[in-house]
This record gives sequence, C-alpha cells and structure tokens, in this order.
Amino acid sequence: MKTVSSLLDSHWYKRYQKISKLNIRSSIYDVTNQCNLRCKGCFFFSSGEDKAAREETDLSKWEAFVDAEKQRGVNLAILIGGEPTLCLDRVEAFYSRMPTYCATNGLIKVPRDRFPDMMVGISLWGDEDDEKRLRGKDTFRVSSRNYQGDPHAYYLYTITPKQLGRTERIIKNIRDAGLKVHMQLLSNDEGVDGFYWRTGELADLRAEMDEMLEAHPDTVVSSKYYHKVITTGKMLDRSFGWAECPSVSEHLDTRNPRPRRLIHFVRWASDLSTMHRCCTSATRDCSTCKDGAAHMSWIMVNKRAHMGSARDFQNWIEVYEMFAKLYQFIPW
Amino acid sequence: MPHELTLEQTIKGVSAIVIEELKLEDVTPEIFDPDLDLIDEVGVDSMDLATVALVLQDEYGVPIDEDDYPKLKTIRLIAEYVLRNAAVKT
Repeated sequence: MKTVSSLLDSHWYKRYQKISKLNIRSSIYDVTNQCNLRCKGCFFFSSGEDKAAREETDLSKWEAFVDAEKQRGVNLAILIGGEPTLCLDRVEAFYSRMPTYCATNGLIKVPRDRFPDMMVGISLWGDEDDEKRLRGKDTFRVSSRNYQGDPHAYYLYTITPKQLGRTERIIKNIRDAGLKVHMQLLSNDEGVDGFYWRTGELADLRAEMDEMLEAHPDTVVSSKYYHKVITTGKMLDRSFGWAECPSVSEHLDTRNPRPRRLIHFVRWASDLSTMHRCCTSATRDCSTCKDGAAHMSWIMVNKRAHMGSARDFQNWIEVYEMFAKLYQFIPW
Repeated sequence: MPHELTLEQTIKGVSAIVIEELKLEDVTPEIFDPDLDLIDEVGVDSMDLATVALVLQDEYGVPIDEDDYPKLKTIRLIAEYVLRNAAVKT
C-alpha cells in the first residue's frame, strides 16, 4: 500500500502535515441581491439569480441562520452577492461567528475596525479598458487605494481572452499596491463579443500564468498544476463537468453515482432558504465552466487519486496550500 | 453485534471495511497496521471517513458522530470506538 511518507521526502511531508487535518467545510452565501456595478458576464445577474429569492432583511434572522450553519458543520463562510459590502451588518453576522471570506468589487472599503482580519477578495477583470468595457468603470483605481498594503486582502484577477500577453502589467500594479493576486478565468456567461476563449488561447494562457507565478512568486498565489487543470479542464485522466463537479449544493445533488464532493456544501440565496444548484450559475454549461474555486475543490476532494506518484501528490499539496492561504487557514 | 467480539476481531473487521470502501491496494486486513495514521499516512479525508462510517453503522449498528471523525485516526481507534459505543448501546 502506498503511504504518504513513502511518497514524500521530509520537506514535503512537513508541508502535508500542515494541511492534512484542516478539514475545511465551506458554503457560499448570497449576502444581497444588490450590487453597485452591473458587470457584463457576471453570472449572478446574467442568469437571473438576483431575482431568484426575496432578500431577507431581518438581521436577527441572518444571525440565527449563521448559528444554524455552524451547527451544520460549516467552518468557512464565503460571502458573495450582489455586493456584500452594501450590507455590512449581514457580513458581520458571519464574521462574528465563523471564519469568513468576503468577495467584493473593492469600491467600498471594508472598515477594518469592525472586520480587522476578515479575508477580502477583490475582483478585477483586466486592465482599464477591459474594466470599463465589462464593468463600466476602472475599479482598480478605487479598490487599490482602499486596500493598499492590506495583509488580509488580495485581488481575484479574472483573466479574459483580451488579457493574453498583458497580465504582467496588472500583476505589477497589484504588487506595487502591496497586495497579492490569485488568477482565474472568465467563463463569459453573457456571451460578450470578443471574450470567448478560442482554440489555442487557453494553452497560451497556461504558459503565461506559469510565467507570472515564476516571475512574481511573492505576489501571485497560485500553482502550476492549478493552471493546468483550469485551462485544460482535465485532472489526471478525468474531465471536469457535471458528473465530477464537487461544488453542487448538497441537498440538490441527485447525481448517481455521486462523485467526491465538498461535504455539507450549499450555496444559499439571500432569502436564507433557497439553494442555488452550485457555486456558480445554474445556466452555465458545466463542461466549459472555468470557475476557479470549483476546479481547486475538484483537485482537493480527490486527494487519494493523487497518491499515484510523488509528483501528483506534491501537485495536490500545492493546490491545497493555495486554497488554505486564500482563505487564511495558513499564512501567506 | 455479537457480545463476544474482541478488539482483535473488530480491528480485522474495520480493516476489511476500510480496504474495501477506499479501494486500497496491496494490503489485506491481516497485514494492515492498526496503528497507521489514516489521515497522515493513508491519505484518508473526511469524505472517506463518512463513507466508512456508513458501512460501520450497517455492520456493527454503531453510528459515528461526525464530530468524532478527527479522533478516529487509526483502525485501532475506530475499532475501540465501535466496541465502546456498542457496549453503551447494549
């Protein structure tokens, strides 16, 4: 029988031991249906999820709900929206009860006196031109000022086909703002013209992501194996899709056979009772989904499948470390 | 569960379930080290434990509380848990 210590040298074994017992159990919460931007390609609005449920406005119900989630075993709340910072009381209901990550466009600064160490993921969709075209404004100009040097914030850089060959300037800007960056890919849910991935571009992007990680290791939080999986949709000998996705809401998961999945994962709508199908839009074609978190989780839930060789298992460790850093379970 | 089941027998039974459910290769219940750390060495995760727990419940009639998973690090600890809770139940 292959054991972990037979696969890893002492350096990698120590790294493995730092993450092996973390037992992260996340769920995703739509904090509000409102946003202060309307980005072309945002799955939340393009798929009508903003109208899927009537937003709960009673703060005491949010507090009771988070307590119940904690009882259900959730130990990481991932807050998305709409724009969560429009409803900071609801964000606080989570933050005061469990480890919390808040996704934001960065236009409103999370007050650090209320949320001193909450991890904030700031969305960024490209350079000034792409941001204006897709999101209506250059959000980086505002968000980088709001979060400059913040040790509990990083950029979630959604790379579009237009960004090929142009990512380094953005990564340097993020570095100069004293922040870190994690990269993911646009799925183009809204079919914006010119933003579809064409044949060959994803291979080029993978090479560029690898180059950025090598050139800016103190700024880029990523792994080459993640780049490979997210750009190819392949992990080991398997293809990403509905039959494999780990991020389907637990109570709606009727797949048979049921794949390895995130235990207790649910994506809740803002009425605190409606569940969305998965971590992204139910209208999305799973076979072309580029969701970064889903691909990361896909790797993470398939630990023993990566025990075929030392290299495979080291790849798994690197991806798990990346996730654990992005959600503050281990330090940068 | 038969009252006369010993720790040794339970260890063998739990080993067989773990091997079967997790599809472990090149190991049998006879040679499975009952003190091997399932998480640190075998690479077992909480989903694996949940799978094993369901079969253990069918086999021994002992439900395993999810909060107890972190304590069940070895085959021996699982076997002791099963015997202890079966005893409480009877």
